[in-house]
Amino acid sequence: MKQPSSHIKTLQIDGQDVGANQDETILEVARENGIYIPTLCEIEGLSPHGGCRLCLVEVKGVNKLLPACVTHVQEGMEVFTNSPRLQEYRRTILELIFSEGNHICAVCVVNGRCDLQALATKLGMTHVSVPYLYPRRSVDASHDRFALDRNRCILCTRCVRVCDEIEGAHTWDVSGRGVQAHVVTDLNTPWGDSDTCTSCGKCVNVCPTGALFEKGKAVAEMSKKRGFLPYLTQMREKRSK
Amino acid sequence: MMIEELHKIAAVERDEDNRFQHHIHVCMETACIASRSDHVKQALTEAAAGKPCRVKGVGCMGLCSAGPLVKVEPEGVLYQGVTPEDATEIVAKLGDSPVSRLECDTETPFFKRQTKIVLENSGLIDPERIENYIAADGYLALHTALNTMTPAEVIAQIAKSGLRGRGGAGFSTGLKWTTVAKSQGERKFVICNADEGDPGAFMDRSVLEGDPHAVLEGMAIAAYAVGASQGYVYVRAEYPLAVERLKLAIRQAKKLGLLGENICGTTFSFNVDIRLGAGAFVCGEETALIASIEGKRGQPRPRPPFPAEYGLWGYPTLINNVETYANVAPIIRKGADWFSAIGTEKSKGTKVFALTGQVVNTGLIEVPMGITLREIVFDIGGGIPEGRKFKAVQTGGPGGGCIPDEYLDMPVDYESLLKIGSFMGSGGMIVMDETSNMVEIAQYFMEFSKTESCGKCVPCRVGTAQMYELLDKVVKCEATMDDLLLLERLCDVVKNTSLCGLGQGAPNPVLSTLRYFRHEYLARIQEGNRETAFVSH
Amino acid sequence: MSKVRFATVWLDGCSGCHMSFLDMDERLIELAELVDVVYSPLVDPKQFPDSVDVTLVEGAVSSDEDLEKIRHIREHTQYLIALGDCSVTGNVPSMRNPFKVDEVMNRAYIENATVQPQIPNVSVPTLLPRVRPVHTVVKVDVYVPGCPPSADTIYYVLTTLLRGEVPDLSSRTRFGV
Ligand SMILES: Cc1cc2nc3c(=O)[nH]c(=O)nc-3n(C[C@H](O)[C@H](O)[C@H](O)COP(=O)(O)O)c2cc1C
Ligand code: SF4
Ligand code: SF4
Ligand code: SF4
Ligand code: FES
Repeated sequence: MKQPSSHIKTLQIDGQDVGANQDETILEVARENGIYIPTLCEIEGLSPHGGCRLCLVEVKGVNKLLPACVTHVQEGMEVFTNSPRLQEYRRTILELIFSEGNHICAVCVVNGRCDLQALATKLGMTHVSVPYLYPRRSVDASHDRFALDRNRCILCTRCVRVCDEIEGAHTWDVSGRGVQAHVVTDLNTPWGDSDTCTSCGKCVNVCPTGALFEKGKAVAEMSKKRGFLPYLTQMREKRSK
Repeated sequence: MMIEELHKIAAVERDEDNRFQHHIHVCMETACIASRSDHVKQALTEAAAGKPCRVKGVGCMGLCSAGPLVKVEPEGVLYQGVTPEDATEIVAKLGDSPVSRLECDTETPFFKRQTKIVLENSGLIDPERIENYIAADGYLALHTALNTMTPAEVIAQIAKSGLRGRGGAGFSTGLKWTTVAKSQGERKFVICNADEGDPGAFMDRSVLEGDPHAVLEGMAIAAYAVGASQGYVYVRAEYPLAVERLKLAIRQAKKLGLLGENICGTTFSFNVDIRLGAGAFVCGEETALIASIEGKRGQPRPRPPFPAEYGLWGYPTLINNVETYANVAPIIRKGADWFSAIGTEKSKGTKVFALTGQVVNTGLIEVPMGITLREIVFDIGGGIPEGRKFKAVQTGGPGGGCIPDEYLDMPVDYESLLKIGSFMGSGGMIVMDETSNMVEIAQYFMEFSKTESCGKCVPCRVGTAQMYELLDKVVKCEATMDDLLLLERLCDVVKNTSLCGLGQGAPNPVLSTLRYFRHEYLARIQEGNRETAFVSH
Repeated sequence: MSKVRFATVWLDGCSGCHMSFLDMDERLIELAELVDVVYSPLVDPKQFPDSVDVTLVEGAVSSDEDLEKIRHIREHTQYLIALGDCSVTGNVPSMRNPFKVDEVMNRAYIENATVQPQIPNVSVPTLLPRVRPVHTVVKVDVYVPGCPPSADTIYYVLTTLLRGEVPDLSSRTRFGV
């Protein structure tokens, strides 16, 4: 028989004593305890990605910053989620994201409902202090119902993961390296020609920005419906038990 | 394969060798072949026909810049820059006075100051003949390990030797093996990292081309120690010759029962397969490499879990560098104490470097840890050509740093290099003289990091592109002091928030040149200040 | 105490931020008690005065004229406030930035023109290669994002500054409002 007590870890987050299951991440425990850690690539119900780096936290005795979304709790850990240094790093990372694409919120379908835009406000990013790169990126509007505007894509890979892990189609993937990296459908063929896409719309709904949207939506009209994700994962977990 | 058989193969091979009065070794590695050593070998073979002389292709003899290299044994005469037309003369003069016009002095520090463990067979044996390796005590260590040592004893030897990973970070090899050995898993894997993507580096390629069995033997011993039965060599497709030799070596070892099922008559089985990388630098990072073998996009994932616990297809996996494996058999054969007597307190053994740049002797060198940079650059390297002044030496590849002359007397070991803002890395060593501009050097490395970034994490993906643009402004005398501040701020963010070593190391060339050659940045900024547009960010 | 010398300027923007400013309605009268509007598209003077305490800048820097103007203004202003997304981020005007000026001009005046296709070149300022947010050209003291920032936000910013405090905008406005 397993001994339940050894599965419970106690730790401190921002000075607050908290208890956690040993298989939980710092992020999960923080959320359960109402402690906010900013996230962007992470979305409940999909595997963690660890790419946006906004959830980095400090852990006493560890000289590297650790991503809360993938780091598991340990007994006696002392976690700090919001030091001035972390705030500064997060703002710069956000600025880098904004500088990398072409984000014109005023004319964006998700204006007012965008995870990235909301984070910029929440983390106090007043302006972008790194030079804008103004890349020339393509739009794919070949699908009947949806469209992809790569100008607003932040490469969080939520679309890739939901399509692979939940829908099982693996229509999306990432192609290219560095700032040239971009999402593609099938073997880099137009989305509308995709043999694998089931048109379920899951990617559109998990996309944190206005990169993926429903056609026919005007500025600020698109809102994302994410309720399906925790529901589906929960149902599947039950079934596999 | 029993020990007697092994000895017999060695004896036959030696007898065969002894039938010849002279042996002519022709380097048959990529660098010398590029200067037509294959034609030289052909011509020499024709010229030597019917004479008591045997011509054989061997691995690197070190002084790549002087290739094609040819060595005559037992006299130990080394010829440089040999052409096919020289063949008849060389053969004719065998046993007589050497062809002085081609002779290369081997009494110089370049040859005398080296200590060879990893490259002990390089230039001596024919990498395409397993018998030649066996005659040089090859596979003796594997035999000893399998028949006289427990896996724990093997690991204890490696741990005691103080061997540390040669792929970059210098993690204790013994500790890594212990972790994999302790990890629970239905299967375990052993991987050899031969991705070698640093610009200017060719140590691993040389080892694979010149002595592939040394790597296979090391892997087999490792597999025995950690309990793995399958190995992979992940090698970049740009190394066709290394791949060919490896394939051949695997076939030969299997045929002799030194790989495959029931090795050396024991219950231990171990197979090795080759996986080709498509030339992405990041695929040298262990988790990206594993993803690539699994057929996925080659990009790193956060660690922990480390491959030792959760590696290839989720199984415990040992991943070591080519040079690390090449050290294993000598350690088992000669003992941990022999090995740990070489080097410094914390960095044991030798390190192979690819010495390049503004230095007289460029090529492949193996030196004991703790040797000074001055000895490498000025003694072994022969100093800077045309009497120019030394400026800096770059180690650690795109994640390393530029070291100025004030540190020339510092010992070369993992800790010392780290302390002065550089990094051991896998063994690239680029010497720069007074004509080099350090801002341009920093920009060169940043361009490399920017194009090789996998794009997974924001700070590395965008940060390297931004830093590159800022460096470009400095180079073009268009930058302001605010740009310099921004550059330093981005270095800090990218170094501390990137996911893998590529991003974490990418700012190092900038940071180290800012630390030691800041005036070169300032000069370019001041030059541009005549046009005094106020630009702030 | 003398009144605060106050100016507003309009670079490459749509005038929406100025409309929003006017939307302060009766609060403008209250502000008029505290400030002198010494320069603005909304008042007469044609010359930017020598010393101004606070200037609101609407719009991005898109042409050589904008560039000259904003540099001059910066030199003669104590507090420069970037008002609205165009001045803070480049916003809609910057949508031309991934393209070259020639391409943009051709598209606008030749390819899409139904009558008299020609690129205007007399008495119009020359476009810069790229539209730039104000802070990339001169130092900005306060950033007020929004497209446009609401009248309430502008009122809050001005009254806070007039009290000698630094406005905190995090919960009041955002990009693209
Ligand atoms: C960007 C990057 C590239 C790397 N490239 C190599 C490489 O080409 N060869 C190598 O052996 N290790 C490389 N490494 C280090 C590996 O991740 C790993 O640490 C190493 O293979 C472990 O072997 P060792 O312990 O024998 O050094 C690289 C690491 C990073 C972050
Ligand atoms: S995706 Fe979000 S941040 Fe980007 S333009 Fe649209 S609203 Fe703005
Ligand atoms: S399209 Fe959307 S979900 Fe997909 S990577 Fe881009 S931002 Fe993320
Ligand atoms: S640091 Fe660079 S190479 Fe490493 S994961 Fe991030 S983007 Fe990829
Ligand atoms: S949320 Fe953890 S890295 Fe993106």
